[in-house]
Amino acid sequence: MTRDLAGDRQQLLRYAGLALVAVALIALPFALVQVGTAWVRITNLAILYALLALGLNIVVGFAGLLDLGYIAFYGVGAYVWALLASPHFNLHLPFWVILPIGALAACFFGVLLGAPTLKLRGDYLAIVTLGFGEIVRIFLNNLSRPVNITNGPQGIARIDPVRIGDLDFSTTSQVAGLAFSSPIKYYYLLLVFLLLVIVINMRLKDSRIGRAWEAIREDEIAARAMGINTTSLKLLAFAMGASFGGIAGGMFASMQSFISPESFVLVESVMVLSMVVLGGMGNIWGVILGAILLTFVPELLRYTVEPLQKAAFGRMIIEPEVIRMLLFGLALVLMMLFRPAGILPKSVRKRELSTIAK
Amino acid sequence: MDIFLQQIINGLTLGCVYAVVALGYTMVYGIIQLINFAHGEVVMIGAMVAFSVIMALAKSGLPPIVVVLIGTAVAVPACMLVAYLMERIAYKPLRGAPRLAPLITAIGISIILQHVAMMIWGRSPMAFPQIIKPHTYEIGGALITSVQIAIILISFTLMGGLLLLVYRTKLGVAMRATSQRQDIAGLMGIDVNRVISATFVIGAALAAVAGVMIGTYYGQTQYTMGELLGLKAFCAAVLGGIGNLAGAVLGGILMGLVEALGTGYIGDLTNNWFGSNYRDVFAFIVLILVLVFRPSGLLGERVGDRA
Repeated sequence: MTRDLAGDRQQLLRYAGLALVAVALIALPFALVQVGTAWVRITNLAILYALLALGLNIVVGFAGLLDLGYIAFYGVGAYVWALLASPHFNLHLPFWVILPIGALAACFFGVLLGAPTLKLRGDYLAIVTLGFGEIVRIFLNNLSRPVNITNGPQGIARIDPVRIGDLDFSTTSQVAGLAFSSPIKYYYLLLVFLLLVIVINMRLKDSRIGRAWEAIREDEIAARAMGINTTSLKLLAFAMGASFGGIAGGMFASMQSFISPESFVLVESVMVLSMVVLGGMGNIWGVILGAILLTFVPELLRYTVEPLQKAAFGRMIIEPEVIRMLLFGLALVLMMLFRPAGILPKSVRKRELSTIAK
Repeated sequence: MDIFLQQIINGLTLGCVYAVVALGYTMVYGIIQLINFAHGEVVMIGAMVAFSVIMALAKSGLPPIVVVLIGTAVAVPACMLVAYLMERIAYKPLRGAPRLAPLITAIGISIILQHVAMMIWGRSPMAFPQIIKPHTYEIGGALITSVQIAIILISFTLMGGLLLLVYRTKLGVAMRATSQRQDIAGLMGIDVNRVISATFVIGAALAAVAGVMIGTYYGQTQYTMGELLGLKAFCAAVLGGIGNLAGAVLGGILMGLVEALGTGYIGDLTNNWFGSNYRDVFAFIVLILVLVFRPSGLLGERVGDRA
């Protein structure tokens, strides 16, 4: 009896906590607007990266396949959106038509890359995925002639914003005395996507598929001996990771209203990988934390380091962009050396890495 | 077919540089099964250091050849030091860790080196001071410059030297023993850690020379040059069979030829649908084809397929 009561109370506390987090998340953009609209945009970017990192987490964290060309899928998603909703081809398909097409296109590329390469061992796979990412970028850069598909290095501009019914995400609307500006609207949309992806990730992790991925990651031969179809499951990981990347890419294109191959370079892949590694491979909350940290810390540095350097030396010694990149590099090296399981390690991963196998 | 011959000459020159860089990848991979992702950045640092020295000495009145030699002589130990520190700090503590761990640190090191180089030498490309006036010779309707001849000769000398080192010296025996069974090599009295460090340092010395060569050939260097060059050289090492020295040489030269001929003829072959702007794609397509159809490479032994 008393135990039930205690259980109820705990349950209640948990709901209260969740409600508190929900209220905080809903109120966040309005608090940020007080500091500056730029911070809402940065928060949106953080959520976008969290989406990407969660997608990559399926491939790297769950299935243990190091993918260094992940940004290619993001690029495919973004370009699908840009081509289907911009003056470039004079197509203006609605939001709910493009999104699945983008996800499917990215998924197709994921399978295309995965099918011939999945029998390779881990480090080879990493290089092949990297090469694949480069190939996609080179094609995006050059498919402007003889038929202009991607418009080359100039990229595609004036991409349609998201429109759901009469709700246009590029304008400010007044609701109940509150100004919902474009970034704030996107914030809520991205938040919904993030919640969806989190739920999918959580359900996947404990599902039959998730456990099979874990088995493959731990020992592929043993997993196969247990009757797991390793090839199709690895392919599934690639395809799912790629589709999440494609969705994030579509959101990116509509939010920025301009994309060019510049946004889909190798460094971006490495950045998303850093987020996954920093937070803790395989741990959903860790990965989100990694994405938030690696988006916000460089921005904070931008706002502090610049004036600081100007005050101290009278000019910029180290550009913030360089600091950002150094931070990513250091995050990768230091995390691997001192806390290979990440800031928030996944319990299994912790066990696995603490006993270094000979 | 003077265009054909011309492409062969260009491809051979480029291929020699790839081969020298690929040797560094393949040596390290052979001995500790690590893809030293940052090797391309060592090439870049070699080129940068050498260029800085050459620029400083450009107006000293010394003969151009001597200036370039001094530049190389400074770049080689600098790269060796970078590689030594890199191995000590980022790779050694992770020996025995899951395979992906050192690969991830290698990526991190590569980014750090790239951006430190950017801070030191700036964002824009550095032009090679025009102190050498290359002679141009004509053979069979194609042109070859003295720089190209020098690159090919130096590359083959380096490759020969490395083969002598690995197959004729005590260090070479130790390296080969370590690559076969590290623990047994240790029991035989080989200082395994020193041998591994030596492998990195020798690879870096080759990389430094390769950096000077490619910089001189293209007439400029930039902090990003190591990325693509390193990747292509790695593809070359895989093509030849990673871990195999002769394979790296063969793979490098083939890769150079494929790139030159592919770039030269892709326009004609595809009715100008694709042009020479696709030159960087060839290496990766070769890589994917090799890994799918012959993962052990042209000369490689079968490697285990477990990560």
